[in-house]
Order: sequence, then C-alpha cells, then structure tokens
Amino acid sequence: MKFPARKILGPGLLLALAGGLALAGSGWAGAAQPDAARVKALIHLVRQDCGSCHGMTLKGGLGKPLLPQNLAGRDTEALAEIILDGIPDTPMPPWRTELSRADALWIARKLKEGFPHETP
Amino acid sequence: MKRRDILRAGLAAPLAAALPGRASAMPMPMRGTGDLGIVIERATGSVLVIDTTQMDILGRIGGLGDLSHASAVFSRDERYAYVFGRDGGLTMLDLLEMKIARRIIQGGNSIGGAISDDGRLVAVSNYKPGGVKVFHAATLEQVADIPAKWAGGLSKTVGLADAPGRKFLFSLFEAGEIWMADFAHGNKPRVIKIGKAGKWPYDGLIAQGGRIYIAGLFGEDGMAKVDLWQEPLKVERILDGYGRGEKKLPVYKMPHLEGWTEAAGAFFFPAVGHHEVLVMDGRTWQLTGKIPVHGQPVFVMARPDGRHVWVNFAHPLNDTVQVIDTMSRKVIKTFTPGPAVLHMEFTPRGEQVWVSVRDKNQINIYDTHSLELLRTLEAKAPSGIFLTARAHKIGL
Repeated sequence: MKFPARKILGPGLLLALAGGLALAGSGWAGAAQPDAARVKALIHLVRQDCGSCHGMTLKGGLGKPLLPQNLAGRDTEALAEIILDGIPDTPMPPWRTELSRADALWIARKLKEGFPHETP
Repeated sequence: MKRRDILRAGLAAPLAAALPGRASAMPMPMRGTGDLGIVIERATGSVLVIDTTQMDILGRIGGLGDLSHASAVFSRDERYAYVFGRDGGLTMLDLLEMKIARRIIQGGNSIGGAISDDGRLVAVSNYKPGGVKVFHAATLEQVADIPAKWAGGLSKTVGLADAPGRKFLFSLFEAGEIWMADFAHGNKPRVIKIGKAGKWPYDGLIAQGGRIYIAGLFGEDGMAKVDLWQEPLKVERILDGYGRGEKKLPVYKMPHLEGWTEAAGAFFFPAVGHHEVLVMDGRTWQLTGKIPVHGQPVFVMARPDGRHVWVNFAHPLNDTVQVIDTMSRKVIKTFTPGPAVLHMEFTPRGEQVWVSVRDKNQINIYDTHSLELLRTLEAKAPSGIFLTARAHKIGL
C-alpha cells in the first residue's frame, strides 16, 4: 500500500517538523508534537504527579524546583533524558513507561519556557 | 462578644437553612465541633468544612494560598484548624465562624506541622528554609526557629510529630538524622540531635501512645526507631533489608506513615517501591508478613478499632482502594472510586471513612462495616481530609 508522505505524517507532524528545524540546535528535530488531548494530559501529569515531589507550582518540594530560572542553563534534550530515565540513586524515577520521547521533549521545553497551567 | 455573635447566628440559622444550596462562609448556629472536619481543595487554595453526622459540606473557606501539599491539626477545643500549606502559609481557621482567624507566611516551602500536647505551640516543618519553626497557637507569633543545620547546609525536615511533654520529633531528609525539640521548660527549646536515622527519611510518626517515634527511609530498606522512654535517647534501626532480594520499583509518590496505627497487635505500613503492605510485630519489631496489594501503597490507615486497614496507591495505580482484614491479613475488598484517590479519613470511632478522589472532584463516604458507598459529595480537586478528633490524638 502506498500513501503520500503528507497524508501519513499529517499536518500536525509537518508543523512539528518545521518547528523542529528552527530548534535543531536543542535536539528538538524529528520529534512529533503531542496533540491537544495529549498536551492536556501532560500538563495534568506534570502539575499533579511530578508536583507530588516538585510542587504543583513547580517551585520545589522534596524534589528540586523546576521553574525556568532553575533550568536556564540546562539542555532540553538532557532534561528529557532525565524525565525518561530518572536519576539513579536519587528519588527521581524513570517515566519511560508512561511518556514517549516526544512527550518528554515537550515537557522539558515547556518547563524551560514556563510550564502551562491546567485549564478546567 | 463571641458568644453573642454565635447566638445571633443561631437566630439567623432557620433563614440560612431555607436558602437554596449550601451556606457558604455563614456563621453556624450554636453547636459543637466534634463531628466537623475540613477537606483541602488542592488546586483552588480553599477548604471545605464538613460535618460527618450530616454527611455534608457546611461551607467553603478560600484564601489559603498554595495547598498543593497541605495538612492540618486542630486546637484542643476543636474549634480551630491550623492548615499548613506548601507556600509556607500557616492558616488558623475558625470552623464555627467559617473564616480565616489568622494567617501568616512563615517559610518559603513547608510540608506539615504538629500541635503540642498542651495545645499552646504549633510547629511547622519546612523544606525551605530547612528546619522547624514554632508558633503560639493562639496568636501565631513566632516562639522558636530551629534551623536544621548539617554539613550540607540546611536540611529539609520531614515527619514532624508531637510527643508527650511539649516535645516535637522530626527527621532531616538530606542529613538523615532524627532531632527532638523539647519545650518542657518554657518557650526556649532544648534541641537534641538524637542520631543518624539512615538515608533519606521521608516521614515519621509517633506510635504506642507517645512512646515510640519511627522514621521511614526512602533511600534504603529499613526504618529508624527512637524509644522516648529510654535514656539516653538513641536511634535504633529496625526492619533492615525488608525488601532484600526483590527488585525495587520506581516510586512515583512518596508514601506517608500517618495512620500507622497498631492493629491486632501488629503495625501495617507501606513498603517503599514494592506492591506490598508490610506487617511488623508491635513487641519484637520484626517483620511478620508481607501482604500483596494492587500497587505501591501511599496511605495504610487502620480503622480505629484495628480490624481493617484501608490502603490507597501511588500513581499510576491510584484509582483503587483496598481493604485488608487484619486477622486473616488478606485483601477482602477492592474499590475503584475513580482517578487519583489521595487520602482517607475515618470518623473518630471508625464507622465511616471519607475518601478524596481528586480527578473526579469528589468525596466518597463509605460505611466501613458493610463496605458500601453511602454518599458522594462534590469538591474541587480534594486532597487531605482532616477531622477535629485529631485534636485529641498524640503524634499526628
């Protein structure tokens, strides 16, 4: 079966790829953007479940603060790796069973920018 | 003055009752507070005042700041709740007038607190600046500041609990130590560094009516115990290597030790990184059982009579609650209340349990004998549920 590439990738992915080119330096290239429903779920996960340790406002708890000023010098890709694999010998667990690489990159990028709030 | 206000409120009550919907922030008619409590609404910085006799919500009090991790203790007259918020806020609520009586920001980032046995001192455990601060319960004026200094700077403090004789026990997360602040001789504490607990104590509790302090460890399989009846005070390790030979799972939510009541001669408590509730003999401090459960336990709460323990679980298995029979040590019931069950609180004699289901914006009330759902109430992202009967319990 043959499909035109555009159809398979879909407009969302093409947009993400286009965006990825601009962000190629930070390793964003090639990763698909999570869709709107996924974004909502990721915001909820970060605020509520990462928030268990890092605080719902991300200003830290038992875990480190994750506000833009705390992450200014950190590489997006390296942050995504931490999210996926955790940090051995610390309480930071790996989230790979729940998050894709694209999810983790999106979270890392948004943490650096200032993480969105949940909308009811 | 106060009494007249309450009387006046009493006269106004029939009118309030006639209004549609629930009264909000309206003073209550003259009444006791022994069947009241609060529910933390995590996302909105508000609390609900609840009545366990009516099984209903009496009102909502807002303006408490960041309650993303919050807990509460009560004045010994059960009229006031002290709410410890994540943002370092310490808020004193008047449950009868349903309003904030006093509020201070005492730190940058706090985790919980305790009230002294005489009801005069409220202590707050802070992550930032790491240490414990103590306040007059009546005025919220600061009495003492106890920075948790160690080699690495200031340590976050956890597991703060009151002990008999105007004492507070707490653990230092990074430093791995257990300290005591003793206010027996006035408002200037004697601070005693009791000893090394182990790697990353994550919570602590007072057991056996005030004799024992136990800190759970996140960084190693084991616990640390202090017997407050033994001089000199020292830390003893118990349950070393309880998970030996088993692969530890990643932990997505720190367990709590609150509610760790002795039940049927044994303690039931959460295993860290394992889908198990652990059972320890209350006399020998030896592990006597491991009960397989649905996920990693967060709260393991004994019904006040000790016959059952109720267990909730860490993300991502947090839609479930299980009930364990302490005689057979088996799970006898599994509920699925909904996404993100965060907390459970028994009524003082244990005939009801209130369960918060955060992502369903709901509180479930169960009959703990028939195990039937009695009622559901709406709440905004509810988390901790705290009833006034806590005022009369040591070490919460």
